[in-house]
Amino acid sequence: MTISREDIEKVAVLARIRVDDEQVSALEKDLGNILDLVDQLGAADTDSVEPMAHPLNAVQRLRADEVTETNQREAFQAIAPATENGLYLVPRVIE
Amino acid sequence: MHNKSVAELSRDLGSGQVSSVELTQEFLDRIKREDSKYNSFITVTEEQALADARVADEQRAAGNATAWTGVPFAHKDIFCTNGVRTTCGSKMLENFVPPYDATVTVNFRQAGAVCLGKTNMDEFAMGSSNENSYFGAVTNPWGLSEGNKRVPGGSSGGSAAAVAARLIPAATATDTGGSIRQPAALCGVTGLKPTYGRVSRYGMIAFASSLDQGGTMARTAEDNALMLNVMAGFDPKDSTSIDREVPDYTATLNEPLKGLKIGLPKEYFSDQLSPAMEQQVRNAVKEYEKLGATVKEVSLPNAKLAIAAYYVIAPAEASANLSRFDGVRYGYRCEDPKDLMDLYTRSRAEGFGEEVKRRILVGTYALSAGYFDAYYLKAQKVRRLIQQDFINAFKEVDVLMSPTTPSPAFIQGEKTSDPVTMYLEDVFTIAINLAGVPAMSVPAGFVDGLPVGLQIIGDYFSEARLLNAAHQFQQVTDWHQREPQ
Repeated sequence: MTISREDIEKVAVLARIRVDDEQVSALEKDLGNILDLVDQLGAADTDSVEPMAHPLNAVQRLRADEVTETNQREAFQAIAPATENGLYLVPRVIE
Repeated sequence: MHNKSVAELSRDLGSGQVSSVELTQEFLDRIKREDSKYNSFITVTEEQALADARVADEQRAAGNATAWTGVPFAHKDIFCTNGVRTTCGSKMLENFVPPYDATVTVNFRQAGAVCLGKTNMDEFAMGSSNENSYFGAVTNPWGLSEGNKRVPGGSSGGSAAAVAARLIPAATATDTGGSIRQPAALCGVTGLKPTYGRVSRYGMIAFASSLDQGGTMARTAEDNALMLNVMAGFDPKDSTSIDREVPDYTATLNEPLKGLKIGLPKEYFSDQLSPAMEQQVRNAVKEYEKLGATVKEVSLPNAKLAIAAYYVIAPAEASANLSRFDGVRYGYRCEDPKDLMDLYTRSRAEGFGEEVKRRILVGTYALSAGYFDAYYLKAQKVRRLIQQDFINAFKEVDVLMSPTTPSPAFIQGEKTSDPVTMYLEDVFTIAINLAGVPAMSVPAGFVDGLPVGLQIIGDYFSEARLLNAAHQFQQVTDWHQREPQ
């Protein structure tokens, strides 16, 4: 299976990872090789097989609807790249 | 002292032969003196360790000791430690100081153990050679004299190298596709990946959440049992944690192995395995026969599809998990972003290494519109077939044995040019994670002076039996005691 330049550029946007033009050829080769490896899956007969999400078929537990976490905004924001007045700062979104 | 096991150090502390402060200082000195050769630690927490050791000595004096009180150990740098930098081997988290502790971190602290620092690892636990760490490759203590530096395996290569080099008696580790067992094998130490859900994943930085499992690394099976005693158990903070009683894993170490039924999966003794490796593994199996075990061949017919299924499922889950690194709330942020998209895409391009980016891109592709059924859903169906193979095998036998890796530790740089070559390193370990069953790697000989690992695989929640089998083997062999020169 080959993956095209356009596919890589599209996936890079979806993944929010900047990929420079000179990196695309190497990625075409590496991702192509990985997808070749993965294509072995096609050989398996899985017509009547249920997909497996959890080894022990566990289901999501529910807890009582009670507050268990306390507000730690200062501690959490102390490690943020940029904050002001309790808000996270990002480049201007609305002109 | 540095050659002693956790169990021995615990006894020495109990009898007052040594204090935790003395022990901690000795291991800190060894790390300072020796680790420039291995690069097995990313962070050493000297002051905190000595303070914790003083508290441990007070607890011992007051008669409030557990087996771990005052015993030095280290955490893989994937477990969050409140107030201590936790990098996950990535530039993205180079300066990340977590505001909370992983449950495993709390477990060891409550037991009174003294953490000396955080061990090196492949970035976000993605790798089989520890060459993907932003903080530099780790060197295997074995094979150094030949002039060629060898890899310690990965992703828990720092933990394995540090234990092998006697810089620390035990270290935590994690295993998503072989990241405990493969480095344990390549460094000649003993490691255990428990059943999925046995050890809490809370605060363990996520790679592939349906496969990730925290586990243990030390030189002896007994020490692995002591570690698992502290780590195993239900945690309401981990939604996939299993609520099931935790036995005392040391209590059954001395059970006789007479009548143990061993299966050898024929697919794991294939032509991928070198004859010299196979000989070592077959010799180990013969030791088990001497101990009263019976051996038969079994089949895992879908095992050959494990790597293919894994390289859909793991990257897909990684692409979702690692979307949290956005340069906004914590972690690396690029300089002067011109807009929000630029902030995201450049922070991630600059903060992640090449292998992590490759896997995020593969995973994003596999989950994208038009490909989900062909890749992710198909891989999950194959995953069930692989699981069924193990369920069928454990109807016939108690444990499975195989080599942990197809070959011993390779030379740094040898497999970095093609990611797929590196992926094949985990050919014998990956199916175990897909099935979710527990497995160990136990030192079982040498090829060309390099350690060989025996993999012992068990049914769900059979950790006590695996540890028992490994411990009995270590009573009649001394591979695990060999020290790299």
